[in-house]
Amino acid sequence: MEILLPLLVALPLGVAFGIVILAHVPALRRATGVLAAAAVLANLVIAVRIFNLPSMAFHVGGWGGGKTLGIELVCDGLAKVMLVTVNFIAFVAIVFAGPYMRRFTKLWLFQSLFLLMTGAMNAVVLAGDLFNLFVFIEVAAIASYALVAFGTEAEELEAAFKYLVLGTVGSAFILLGVAILYSLTGQLNMAKVAQGLTVIGSGPAVLLAAAALIGGLALKAAMVPFHAWLPDAHPSAPAPISAMLSGLLIKTSGIYALARIVFNVLGPTTQYAYILIILGAASMVIGMFLALGQWDFKRLLAYSSISQAGYIVLALGAAAYLVATGGETWVAKLCLFGAFFHLFNHAAFKSLLFLSSGAIEQQAGTRQLREMGGLVRTMPVTSFCCRVGALSISGVPPFSGFFSKLVIIISLALAARTSDNPALMYTLCAIAVGVAVGTLLMYIKVQRYALEGPQAAAGAEVKEAPVLMCAALVILAIVCLGAGVALLGFREYIFDPVSGALLGALR
Amino acid sequence: MSIAIYILTFAVLLVGLYAVVAKKNIIKIIVGILVIDYAVNMLLVLIGYRSGGAAPILDKGLEKEKAVAELAKTGVDPLPQAMVLTSIVIGLGLTALMVALAVRLYQKYGTFDMGRIRGLKG
Repeated sequence: MEILLPLLVALPLGVAFGIVILAHVPALRRATGVLAAAAVLANLVIAVRIFNLPSMAFHVGGWGGGKTLGIELVCDGLAKVMLVTVNFIAFVAIVFAGPYMRRFTKLWLFQSLFLLMTGAMNAVVLAGDLFNLFVFIEVAAIASYALVAFGTEAEELEAAFKYLVLGTVGSAFILLGVAILYSLTGQLNMAKVAQGLTVIGSGPAVLLAAAALIGGLALKAAMVPFHAWLPDAHPSAPAPISAMLSGLLIKTSGIYALARIVFNVLGPTTQYAYILIILGAASMVIGMFLALGQWDFKRLLAYSSISQAGYIVLALGAAAYLVATGGETWVAKLCLFGAFFHLFNHAAFKSLLFLSSGAIEQQAGTRQLREMGGLVRTMPVTSFCCRVGALSISGVPPFSGFFSKLVIIISLALAARTSDNPALMYTLCAIAVGVAVGTLLMYIKVQRYALEGPQAAAGAEVKEAPVLMCAALVILAIVCLGAGVALLGFREYIFDPVSGALLGALR
Repeated sequence: MSIAIYILTFAVLLVGLYAVVAKKNIIKIIVGILVIDYAVNMLLVLIGYRSGGAAPILDKGLEKEKAVAELAKTGVDPLPQAMVLTSIVIGLGLTALMVALAVRLYQKYGTFDMGRIRGLKG
């Protein structure tokens, strides 16, 4: 079944370029949208199929075995969870894009870039060697630069240019780190580089490589000192792309790659753990305060993405700290469970919120919260789904966000009781609780101004969004409602392999 | 030797970073990014450098053991060159996209000055 792994990458890439050809055949021009959605659906089916199979690796071109220089696609417990997340959100986003993108021209370009980005994200998740990781981070990033500028309005071009400049600098640093690691170990395969590094120990060159890699990947993940591009780029893109960028791209090419590099390649030490903890805590707090002051719905969501991504990185940092200082392994596992549980949940509810903001923008013609008002009466389905997403992200009990935040907070509290630095862990725990309250405030504001309140002047003739858009929203709302309890029940089945994949190399 | 290539790379990289951070003109920013790219590519090429090196191809004219021994003595590491080629191609795509964006920005704003392109704030 290893043949399924390259298919996850090759299928979207092939269809992406096929669409460009189809678009120039007059008879088939209308079929491109359906074809793109079918390709993503096929990927989702493959990802779900792979989920039940044991971990496996595919050596591209048969360069496996003793040779270590070939491209290797590795599918372990962590990659499986990420694959399902990526392809599920991508499918919902492309269903939503059907009616939403009608106001744009050259839709085939959008579909082609969308598939390029999805395929590249699958490849990032499967990458077993550092250079392949870099290449596909770049492919996904280039597709996303073009997609942010897709509307080609003045502000979109400006946001895309800022994003491109910062993203490219980040990629250059990632490549610098990969080059230094290669010159030190003579290997590119992650497992072999990790073996090589245990022999070398940590010299100044390793630290330089680590700094370049963590800095570059933190820029891709929009952690706080490097976040300046995100609030411009994510709201400027069309809504399905905003959902993809905030829901998936910062996670796959940022957080996932960061977790792989720190846990599987460099090996967690207290230095790296402190860096992750500081990045995460700063992102949570500063992202929350910046989001509270926003009146543009999509900008608010973008800042809140920074804050929620902070939760994931904070939990990763806490796990790295526990592993590095020889703390309890089961607490470290709980931290990782919290991190990736929150990653999945955030992908679902942030996509839901961005898609509903897109539906509102299309139907009500505004992104400003003050100009909306009373949408609960004119757009009942969208409002209901938006409300589910908002309750979920603010951590209200039956919804998924509550459970993942709870797991993160409990694991931090347990870490405080078992690790050698309780003061730090209690502080982090307090920050996590405080930011959760701030998030609740932020989304009460959204509810109050967008959905409740008096009807806006222009709002009388606002209609409900088209059926396909509502369908996409309802699917995500069901996931937000059900995933919390359901995934908690399957913790051993789904998330233990995840922590096994990250911690396995250490034992 | 090994310290020298890092210092050289960093000097070039910082020149590019300075242009990206301090310059307001879009074209100068693009040139800065290219300089950063070249710095990293140069590091990759220098990692693969071997004085007196030859192409890592087995000499069919010699016996097998001799050819392998010769290769071990003079052959350069081919992998950095494969990587640098990939990286250059990615850089080409990025440059094309950057320049295209710069042209569209000029059409919209009538200037290349980032200081005057300020549609977005907050």
